[in-house]
Amino acid sequence: MPRKTMIEAIRDAMDVMMDRDDNVVVFGEDVGFFGGVFRGTQGLQAKYGKSRCFDTPINESGIVGAAVGMAAYGLRPCVEIQFADYMYPAYDQIVSEAARLRYRSNGQFTCPLVVRMPTGGGISGGQTHSQSPEALFTHVSGLKTVVPSNPSDAKGLLIAAIEDPDPVIFLEPKRLYNGPFDGHHDRPITPWSKHELGEVPNGHYVVPPGKAIVRRQGAALTLLAYGTMVHVGMAAVAETGVDAEIIDLRTLLPLDLETIEASVRKTGRCVIIHEATRTSGFGAELSALVQETCFYHLETPVRRVTGWDTPYPYAQEWDYFPGPARVGRALLETMEQ
Amino acid sequence: MTDYAPLTLHVPEPAVRPGGTPDFSSVGVPRAGSVARPEVNADPESIRDLAYSIIRVLNRDGKAIGPWGGLLSDEELLEGLRHMMILRTFDARMLMAQRQGKTSFYMQHMGEEAVSCAFRKALLPGDMNFPTYRQAGLLIAAGYSLGDMMCQIYSNERDPLKGRQMPVLYSSKEDGFFSLSGNLATQYIQAVGWAMASAIKNDTKIAAAWIGDGATAESDFHAALVFASTYKAPVVLNIVNNQWAISTFQGIARGGSGTFAARGLGFGIPALRVDGNDYLAVHAVAKWAAERARRNLGPTLIEYVTYRVGAHSTSDDPSAYRPKTESDAWPLGDPVIRLKNHLITIGAWSDERHKQAEAEVLDTVITAQKEAESHGTLHAGGKPSVRDMFEDVYAEMPPHLRWQRQQAGV
Ligand SMILES: Cc1ncc(C[n+]2csc(CCOP(=O)(O)OP(=O)(O)O)c2C)c(N)n1
Ligand SMILES: [Mg+2]
Repeated sequence: MPRKTMIEAIRDAMDVMMDRDDNVVVFGEDVGFFGGVFRGTQGLQAKYGKSRCFDTPINESGIVGAAVGMAAYGLRPCVEIQFADYMYPAYDQIVSEAARLRYRSNGQFTCPLVVRMPTGGGISGGQTHSQSPEALFTHVSGLKTVVPSNPSDAKGLLIAAIEDPDPVIFLEPKRLYNGPFDGHHDRPITPWSKHELGEVPNGHYVVPPGKAIVRRQGAALTLLAYGTMVHVGMAAVAETGVDAEIIDLRTLLPLDLETIEASVRKTGRCVIIHEATRTSGFGAELSALVQETCFYHLETPVRRVTGWDTPYPYAQEWDYFPGPARVGRALLETMEQ
Repeated sequence: MTDYAPLTLHVPEPAVRPGGTPDFSSVGVPRAGSVARPEVNADPESIRDLAYSIIRVLNRDGKAIGPWGGLLSDEELLEGLRHMMILRTFDARMLMAQRQGKTSFYMQHMGEEAVSCAFRKALLPGDMNFPTYRQAGLLIAAGYSLGDMMCQIYSNERDPLKGRQMPVLYSSKEDGFFSLSGNLATQYIQAVGWAMASAIKNDTKIAAAWIGDGATAESDFHAALVFASTYKAPVVLNIVNNQWAISTFQGIARGGSGTFAARGLGFGIPALRVDGNDYLAVHAVAKWAAERARRNLGPTLIEYVTYRVGAHSTSDDPSAYRPKTESDAWPLGDPVIRLKNHLITIGAWSDERHKQAEAEVLDTVITAQKEAESHGTLHAGGKPSVRDMFEDVYAEMPPHLRWQRQQAGV
């Protein structure tokens, strides 16, 4: 099977879908001729023409608003916001429009659009190239939110997102584009070409939204993660020797509560990790759900390891980022409790 | 059924792409001195043509011509030259420092030095700029410390912003330089609000808003124009049209409008286009617009026609989207060379003195750099403290942050 980087897998998904369906259009800032600042759309304009892959004016509200209009017409726009940190001008179009169009028109108008955005930290990007705003989307009724952790899932999830009848927020942990970054920023990264999840099937396939996957079987504790933190969690488990079951959520909404519940009932302990700030982060939702569904199976309180509740700093990035050391400490503390 | 032919989507394209021959024939360049200089209280309707021309003072022979010239003394011009030379040298040293790993990122001004350096000289103490990342000349021409700028770029123990911001996102309230945001265009409407505040408080200060050609597409740009127009805010609205927004040529943001300056006309805002590589013209137009603001005549929109000679940032490689030789074909020349030639033409300068000045400037910048580096660089030496990461989120740290700081062990 061919090995691809995560960005190549994402590009491949759009290529497959543009080839299969004339209604799929791709646009955003620097997305056309250049192929995106992360090269996610490289070659698509040359292959499918300027009316299906094009550069837009720098206006995120315009990008998503136009996509809503196109989706209402019957197209399937897959648009790029250059960094998730720049989606705020588009938030109104996402929250008040895309998310509610089906509901408020009683299904007359629908919004099958995908908003792709690089997310997360680890690239010395400071407060405007590092944020993880997933909870701002999961809080909104009518949106689906997806966060892949590897090339193979990224392609299958993006294809599923483009085929989805409703708006999907597709968050791409940019630190994973080139390899499974595990938080050890001072070590060289393994490229995806050396990782089994860098194996990306050719052609069309789907990773269904709403299905988590167990990345590591374990009996002692359940570790819930998504995106970059899946790899950080793997590293922390390897380094502490805690026999944790690591669940890669892949889709935050719809959420695969069944897989989570089965695991926590088995292990009796749960640690939740994410890069985003702690207060009202997605971990809070997960923690509440685990408490609601597994209360009588829990042997220790549910614990969260997250980014601190500050703007994402530039120079103190590795003190901010919840790396393997911090996650490892939480694993050990949970086991000692 | 319809008799109409099928619709097609129009997507603007630049004149040339890599491999092609650079072509700026679409940039109509009027003769220096050929554009009239209206009174500052002229009826905006009567000066609409200024949004479509290019105000220029320096001609090919290095002479200052026409009604927009003659405002600056030789000493002031020499100072302007020095500011631009410092900025260029500063950029060169910081680009090198980035390649040496002393910082992760840098953004240079090559080709656009005149815009921010000359504009700054039209402001008075107390006025406030709301800049983008490509106006460090505002700081340099204000006499801000080169060392402090470098400490910010290095995120070292002397970084005035304590490592919280990416390189070049400076802030200096004292020098009339509003805290830089990484989010494009947000500052444009804030400048208008600041100017409205000055009017509300019957103050005499004015504001200057800054934006690139690409970012004029943002909604905040349009919000700024409507607020400025409605309240006649004492603000100068600057657009730096350097032809590119990363890989996207200016035609994508400009769309069907002939020029960026013309965006002002629908709002009834006087709009001027100026040769951004002409120190004298930039300064003269800035003065004119600032004067309007000070006399409570309201906002002015200025488009600086210039060219981004370098890459967008150290993360960018422009050879992927524009011809390598494009900057050589840019019809408005180099701002530093043009001012230098002018000063030589009027007998205030010489090649020798210029060489000497280059050496002095380099020395000044290197001295500042050595001093800055003695306080650390991104990965070596003195660093801002981790404790600082938790400060200034709020005026007073709430309990949850206190708890988190404790957890972080700092
Ligand atoms: C809201 C927002 N969207 C996108 C970006 C990413 N971005 C940074 S600079 C830039 C291009 C800006 O071009 P222009 O306004 O012409 O300024 P220039 O860089 O040419 O000075 C883009 C798209 C951003 N910083 N903020
Ligand atoms: Mg530009």
